[in-house]
Amino acid sequence: MQSNGPLLETRGLTAFYGDSQALFGIDFRIERNETVAIIGSNGAGKSTLLKSIIGLVRAKAEAIYFDGKDIGGNPVYRIVAQGISLVPEGRCLFPSLSVEENLSIGGYSKRPGPWNLEAVYAAFPMLKEKRKVAATALSGGQQQMVAIGRALMANPQLLLCDEISLGLAPVIIKELYAHLERITANGTTLIVVDQDINQAMAVSDRVYCVREGRVVLEGRPPDLGREEVTKAYFGM
Amino acid sequence: MDLVAAVLDGILLGGLYSLFASGLSLIFGVMRLVNIAHGDLIVLSAFIALVVTTHLGVHPLVSLVLVVPLMGLLGYGLQRGIFNRTLSGDILRPVLVAFGLSVLLQNALLQIFSADSRRLQAGNLETLHIDLPAGIGVGVLPCLMFVVALVIISGLQLLLYHTELGRAFRCVSDDQETAQLMGINNAHLFGLAMALSLAIVSVAGVFLGIRTNFDPSIGPTRLIFAFEAIIIGGLGDLWGTLVGGVILGVAQTLGARVSPGYQILAGHLVFLAILTLRPHGFFAKIR
Repeated sequence: MQSNGPLLETRGLTAFYGDSQALFGIDFRIERNETVAIIGSNGAGKSTLLKSIIGLVRAKAEAIYFDGKDIGGNPVYRIVAQGISLVPEGRCLFPSLSVEENLSIGGYSKRPGPWNLEAVYAAFPMLKEKRKVAATALSGGQQQMVAIGRALMANPQLLLCDEISLGLAPVIIKELYAHLERITANGTTLIVVDQDINQAMAVSDRVYCVREGRVVLEGRPPDLGREEVTKAYFGM
Repeated sequence: MDLVAAVLDGILLGGLYSLFASGLSLIFGVMRLVNIAHGDLIVLSAFIALVVTTHLGVHPLVSLVLVVPLMGLLGYGLQRGIFNRTLSGDILRPVLVAFGLSVLLQNALLQIFSADSRRLQAGNLETLHIDLPAGIGVGVLPCLMFVVALVIISGLQLLLYHTELGRAFRCVSDDQETAQLMGINNAHLFGLAMALSLAIVSVAGVFLGIRTNFDPSIGPTRLIFAFEAIIIGGLGDLWGTLVGGVILGVAQTLGARVSPGYQILAGHLVFLAILTLRPHGFFAKIR
């Protein structure tokens, strides 16, 4: 049962941390099998947008529609069960769990789909060799692969990646994005948040630029001029 | 030979203390909640067992069939209804609420059952002995308590490290926010942890009620024994908790041999000595 509209849509999405407002009416949408990048400087509200979609930051009812259903205000575990996964900023692997246990717990919601331990090991072969090792003992790039694999274990329709290139060497970042490309080729819809504009624009079908909690620019990378993007990014 | 018997008694008593402690340790591990009412919940389960045994005329150990699920349900309800509401942010709030629960439980039990000392009648289980060589005898009941403690701790260990539920417990213990991203319903999981804790508590409570007299006021002392066992063993390690319980038990029985008045004191002194020399206990996983 699939609806025909966009896979995910936000309508005038607002978000608050206590009294301070972080998002001011974001209208965002992503179609099935699309890859969308969200760019913006530090504190622009990119991570908050992802956290609102997954439910970690509470959204109002009727602010977020996923697959045609209103998920605004739902608890995180329900949203995950419906098919959205987040690779959190800074990876957030579970330090007392091994690599394999970290991956397994990703499948906690028991959503059916193509991803399981074997499929993740096939996608990231070096993780299989290290499966018994404590997850936090791996290198940064390998940890990021565990984080991505863990999110995939929930068989998401929509994968959210928050700053997966943070603190990694360029050659590793290239490798990670190559992995993501293979994953989206299998029909997973992807939202990436990255501070690296070039990287983000290179992998995405469409880009949103966010500044001070508002969408200031939206478009397909080939249609956007460098100057236009810079102006939207920095606001001058 | 008396000395050997006292040490043996102490080791077996340690089984009971580790039962007190493992439920408390589990709750602290999973949700960083210091359940001050833990001791009173042990006493509550002894009283529930008392009601069950007197009304149905069954053996206290048989009453566990009812007491364990009852306490488990109570634990789940308590967690979802009260403790979960206190857990966000300030770590003092849940402690205060648990303290309030402790006062409430003690007074409610006092109101219903009066301050009289009670005992669970376990027939000849109370007096049965196994004779060992060299004229040493050990009670069947302490042996049973120790074996049950071994079984429960092994079971918990299996659960934590070899089941999906245990993996989820360890995740939530590591990082509550990221655990939600795995599709874990933290509120439900906390409820299950408290249910499990109180199920263990009820076993401990029934053994306590068979072994000694109890009244509504003895909860806090059991809480302290549980704390001491956990700290001696080292936070976060269940087998360490058993060792802690055994050290505490042996200290108490040896103290009692010097003079009955020294029993509790000797336990506390050994605890203080270990706390001074090895503040993280013997097998700490959490520092």
